[in-house]
Amino acid sequence: MLAVGLLSACGARVDDSSASAGGEGTSCVDTSGPSVKIGFLNSRSGTMAISENTVYNSLKLAADQINAAGGVLGKQLTVVAEDGASEPTIFAEKAEKLIRSDCVAAVFGGWTSSSRKAMLPVFESNNALLFYPVQYEGLESSRNIFYTGATTNQQIVPALDYLKEKGVKSLFLVGSDYVFPQTANKIIKAYAEANGIEIKGEEYAPLGHTDFATIVAKVRDADADAVFNTLNGDSNVAFFKEYKNLGLTPEAMPVISVSIAEEEVGGIGVDNIAGQLVAWNYYQTIDTPTNKKFVEDFKAAYGESKVTSDPMEAAYTSLFLWKGMVEKAQSFAVNDVLAAADGVSFEAPEGTVTVNGENHHIAKTALIGKIGQDGLIYTEWSSGKPIEPDPYLKTYPWATGLSG
Amino acid sequence: MEVLLTQLFNGLSGGSILLLAALGLALTFGQMGVINMAHGEFIMAGAYTAFVVQKALGDAGVSLLVSLPVAFVVGGLLGVVLEATLLRRMYHRPLDTLLVTFGVSLVLQQLARDIFGTAGVDVPAPAWLSGPLEVFGFSFPRTRVFILVLAIVAVIVLAALLKLTPLGRRIRATVQNRQLAESSGISTRRTDLITFFVGSGLAGVAGVALTLMGSISSNLGTSYVIDAFLVVVIGGIGQIKGAVIAAFVLGVVQSWVEYSTTASIGKVIVFALIVAFLQLRPQGIYVVRSRSLA
Repeated sequence: MLAVGLLSACGARVDDSSASAGGEGTSCVDTSGPSVKIGFLNSRSGTMAISENTVYNSLKLAADQINAAGGVLGKQLTVVAEDGASEPTIFAEKAEKLIRSDCVAAVFGGWTSSSRKAMLPVFESNNALLFYPVQYEGLESSRNIFYTGATTNQQIVPALDYLKEKGVKSLFLVGSDYVFPQTANKIIKAYAEANGIEIKGEEYAPLGHTDFATIVAKVRDADADAVFNTLNGDSNVAFFKEYKNLGLTPEAMPVISVSIAEEEVGGIGVDNIAGQLVAWNYYQTIDTPTNKKFVEDFKAAYGESKVTSDPMEAAYTSLFLWKGMVEKAQSFAVNDVLAAADGVSFEAPEGTVTVNGENHHIAKTALIGKIGQDGLIYTEWSSGKPIEPDPYLKTYPWATGLSG
Repeated sequence: MEVLLTQLFNGLSGGSILLLAALGLALTFGQMGVINMAHGEFIMAGAYTAFVVQKALGDAGVSLLVSLPVAFVVGGLLGVVLEATLLRRMYHRPLDTLLVTFGVSLVLQQLARDIFGTAGVDVPAPAWLSGPLEVFGFSFPRTRVFILVLAIVAVIVLAALLKLTPLGRRIRATVQNRQLAESSGISTRRTDLITFFVGSGLAGVAGVALTLMGSISSNLGTSYVIDAFLVVVIGGIGQIKGAVIAAFVLGVVQSWVEYSTTASIGKVIVFALIVAFLQLRPQGIYVVRSRSLA
């Protein structure tokens, strides 16, 4: 009965059940009309709203631009937006809703690893598509997810290469107490061991920790050449204020961070963090015509004071990559899109990115940035060319045993 | 020796932050027996007051000092409004008070998000508080020294107010025996209001101090309100000096445990110690009869 109801509601459908590997049902995506539905799933409320709203904005910008330029395969995109409410279980529920009752062709969104992990089985069992725009801890590769943020070998490993190149012989690791920093630090320790870098200390603070007196005192006493910071959220503010107030400077002991982008600098206070380093794949200051246009369009749409950051750019890029895959496949069907994905490339604001069809990550250029007095981030060092994604670090001999 | 001194200072500093957050609560919860979950949001209001004052005055050096009295009044007024509209209707229903004030705290958080946005804001520390203070070769962050001094001043002023002024006598009389105070001609209504004003005002002052330490966002209050309640409960409900001792002991223990373990384990151990302590002394450090919770 349900199947009949869905059929009459959706009209023509894309039938890919014959080829679906893990999928159980038939997709109900409607491509008969002049438009096709896509889903945005971001936390518009709760603690993550602060970050995910910006991702939603850039996804919306990409959809508007694609529509203005004629849509995808001649069809306008209709956005169905859902609120993940910063709760992994709600992400899973809403993903199910977008796929099964809204019948969207693809879903874009998610931020925390826990939200992605919660959505993964939903996308796999429905054989649907998710585009996930945030750098993460790697060690994952789902047939139904495209990861457009950096994996570890495009962010953390280049950051270590940079530090090594600068003559750093010892490191202190500071991170929030959850999966990303713990995994990142495992990788850092393996790299350090193979490259003769001494780890002088490793400290984790509970999420939301606000008193960094003791941790910063330990950092100061350990006197490492640099600090590798994987703290998340508000803790960064307390950490950098304490760091500065204890008289530690970026010149004497630089801190390299992997979770602080343009958006966060204002809240930490430029004075407290100017001169420190970050590792990403995109900065607002990238000097290319493509990026200038992106920044201009973003400011025109959302206000002159808005900044653009790596996850926003990765989200914007993800929609264009999906468009590229669909156009290459000449079909909205998930299996056709998956088959066409390999090698799809886009001239993104960060530079050229290319989809790796095997692990569903994208090749992107790593950039080390320095935070300027104006709160923007300026490229200090670049990997020069896009780095092939390697989520399980298989091509790095020192990393054997990490992914097991 | 250096570690010893540094960690002792960090502990006292952590204690002074706890104390500032808890001092107002020691009045409203400790003295009046009101479980005010919105106390944390009064702290947040104080922090945003510092932000607004700085935006208005521009000069970080003066604006911090101006913010202190302004935030006291802002916090106090919020407290008075809460007391006059909601709390006075439920003085003998602690559970209802808990739920209602929790609701108020959510409303205030959303209000802050609507007014100031979801992203955190920063109040730059004035030049005279930036960097470390060198004493005998040891360096202490000036901001922490400032907060320590501020907390001590706040305790002295509050103690003087309670012990030496007619207002303080009225507050103590009302707390100790409401009927007798009323029959002696004290307006207990007015006294309640003023007590709540002072207690909530102190939360505002704490908020200004916290801008020197960390992030200012709508959830600032939630990270401190539980610790503040802990301090009051450990100190013994109804006693300011209990809260003072509890805050500093908690700060020093926390900083030592954290130094010898990690921040996460440190928190677990400190909470375990608190549970054990309250098993031995359920009434806290000081035992005093109070109106509704003794």
